[in-house]
Amino acid sequence: MKQPDTDLLDVRDLKKYYQVTGGLLSAHVGDIKAVDGVSFAIREREVLGLVGESGCGKSTLGRTILRLEEPTGGNILYRGMDITRLDRKGLRELAREVQMIFQDPDASLDPRMTAGDSIGEPLTIHKVGNERGRMLRVAELMEQVGLDARQVSHYPHEFSGGQKQRIGIARALAMNPRLIIADEPVSALDVSVQAQILNLMTDIQKQYGLAYLFIAHDLSVIRHMAHRVAIMYLGKIVELAGNQEIFENPLHPYTEALLSALPSCKPKARERILLRGDVPSAMNPPAGCRFHTRCHRVLAICNREQPELVEISRGHFVACHLYH
Amino acid sequence: MKTGDNVVLEVSNLKTYFFTRRGVVKAVDGLDFHLRRGECLCLVGESGCGKTVTALSILKLVDSPPGKIVEGEIRYDSLDLVKCSSKQLRQIRGKEIAMVFQEAQSALNPVLTIGDQIMEQIMLHLPLERNEAQNRSMALLREMGIPSVERVMKSYPHQLSGGMKQRAMIAMSLSCDPTIIIADEPTTAVDVTIEAQILGIFRSLKEQRQLSLIFITHDLAVVAEIGDRAVVMYAGKEVETAPVSEIIANPRHPYTAGLIRCLPDISRPADRLVSIPGFAPNPVELPGGCAFHPRCSEGMPICSQQAPPVVELSTEHRVRCHLYR
Repeated sequence: MKQPDTDLLDVRDLKKYYQVTGGLLSAHVGDIKAVDGVSFAIREREVLGLVGESGCGKSTLGRTILRLEEPTGGNILYRGMDITRLDRKGLRELAREVQMIFQDPDASLDPRMTAGDSIGEPLTIHKVGNERGRMLRVAELMEQVGLDARQVSHYPHEFSGGQKQRIGIARALAMNPRLIIADEPVSALDVSVQAQILNLMTDIQKQYGLAYLFIAHDLSVIRHMAHRVAIMYLGKIVELAGNQEIFENPLHPYTEALLSALPSCKPKARERILLRGDVPSAMNPPAGCRFHTRCHRVLAICNREQPELVEISRGHFVACHLYH
Repeated sequence: MKTGDNVVLEVSNLKTYFFTRRGVVKAVDGLDFHLRRGECLCLVGESGCGKTVTALSILKLVDSPPGKIVEGEIRYDSLDLVKCSSKQLRQIRGKEIAMVFQEAQSALNPVLTIGDQIMEQIMLHLPLERNEAQNRSMALLREMGIPSVERVMKSYPHQLSGGMKQRAMIAMSLSCDPTIIIADEPTTAVDVTIEAQILGIFRSLKEQRQLSLIFITHDLAVVAEIGDRAVVMYAGKEVETAPVSEIIANPRHPYTAGLIRCLPDISRPADRLVSIPGFAPNPVELPGGCAFHPRCSEGMPICSQQAPPVVELSTEHRVRCHLYR
């Protein structure tokens, strides 16, 4: 795994809050801080894994980078250009280079569009080539993702779940993007098919020189795919490090707990860290470190002061008072 | 099939079919297994393999029409549940055989408090007064590791987190001290840290209460964590049955072996994952012979012509594959 150096995407102190209204006059009663000051970078050809439990803000983060959600604060730089406030025209240009793969292909594919139309739609929108050229490109894309090009005029319901996800991947590839944000791309699939799709995503990543922001809740999938891994909890990144480093030397107690909770075919005689309780609400996150209510290594300072994300060793960032 | 003294449930030649406009779906097609006291039996397989329909058949909860148990026996005590009247079944459901569903949100009644729902279940089956039922409900919630029991009793389902709802549902399933609990993917909709908590609850129930568990899951890692024995299903049929340790270490059916190989290994990352080619067959047009043969790495000419019989490799290990004939 070689680590190229240019930053493709640079996210700085990104925030996405949702206003909560209540009462007779729909007064503003609070904010859900889905993403609350997140900074990280993705290099060219790099796969950054983003892990966290439901409600931690990982999907919102992915959608905000693509500007499917308007950021509340912070900046998003793509190849050095600030895309935080791009207008519609600028966003359309951006879509040539940054694409998304969604979790549920049933929800993301238009049931009334054929496979070919879905895959070719970005080409039509961006007026790439002539009709015949687009048809050839669609056929080529279908072959590349392991679909039979003769099924070009079939509708989504005629495909299996794994094949539908292949259509979603072909569509994302149509414009030759540099960055793909993949939001839980295999979690709706059966395990036997999951492996096929992960292999395909690895192949096209190498072939196209793509960078991925690979969002998943399943640590074993992240272990397989990512070069570097970011762990998110309640709207914040709590730990960020290289793949091997984070799995073999996790520092944040939350990362430790996630790893130890993972069911395994080889249950070891290991001490399992069982977290107490549930993830608190993002509307009223705990003061200080947001994880302190469930932490097994909590200190006196943790409920007062929020730990910063700092670099502990080369490339290994952690936000925890234990290491400050 | 062996029928020792410890067997609490025995399913023989169960066939549950769905009669749809597109054809007959043989969701469960000749399934045999037994459940012993105090053991956790896992039904494993991918979506559409028939594992949930098996569970629903045991409690006769299959929607009819279009579904129907067309053949087979489900022995519980001295009864055949397939032949039981609906009155007899109402005595058994929830009281002796209870069920925990995947989606607690849709299984719980949204307009009743958690307390009322558990108490209703208790008072339906047991001769207890309201305050006794209340005490029993609170004790159960406490046993599930729920911190503020009084508050949860008064809460409506939407006010609780996913993990909390799942625990409330497990408490409800235990409320009448059942012999058997059928849990259908109880951890699929929750996060890993909550999953670990819930698996811990099931493990201690099995050990402390000598409960018999039928645990339905698609996740072999979960099977390895909780199961004593496992039945691997494909296209409505058992393909392999064995003790969990044996099935993980020495899977004999190519499908079981494939399922294990295609899991990414967290301790030993590989460049490529091994996958099973193709996808699950269309249930109204299953391939002839062995239903798995178009995807099988070990396929032989006979596999497309003849359905393989079940072969007993040992008293505890059965496999349905031509390789072992």
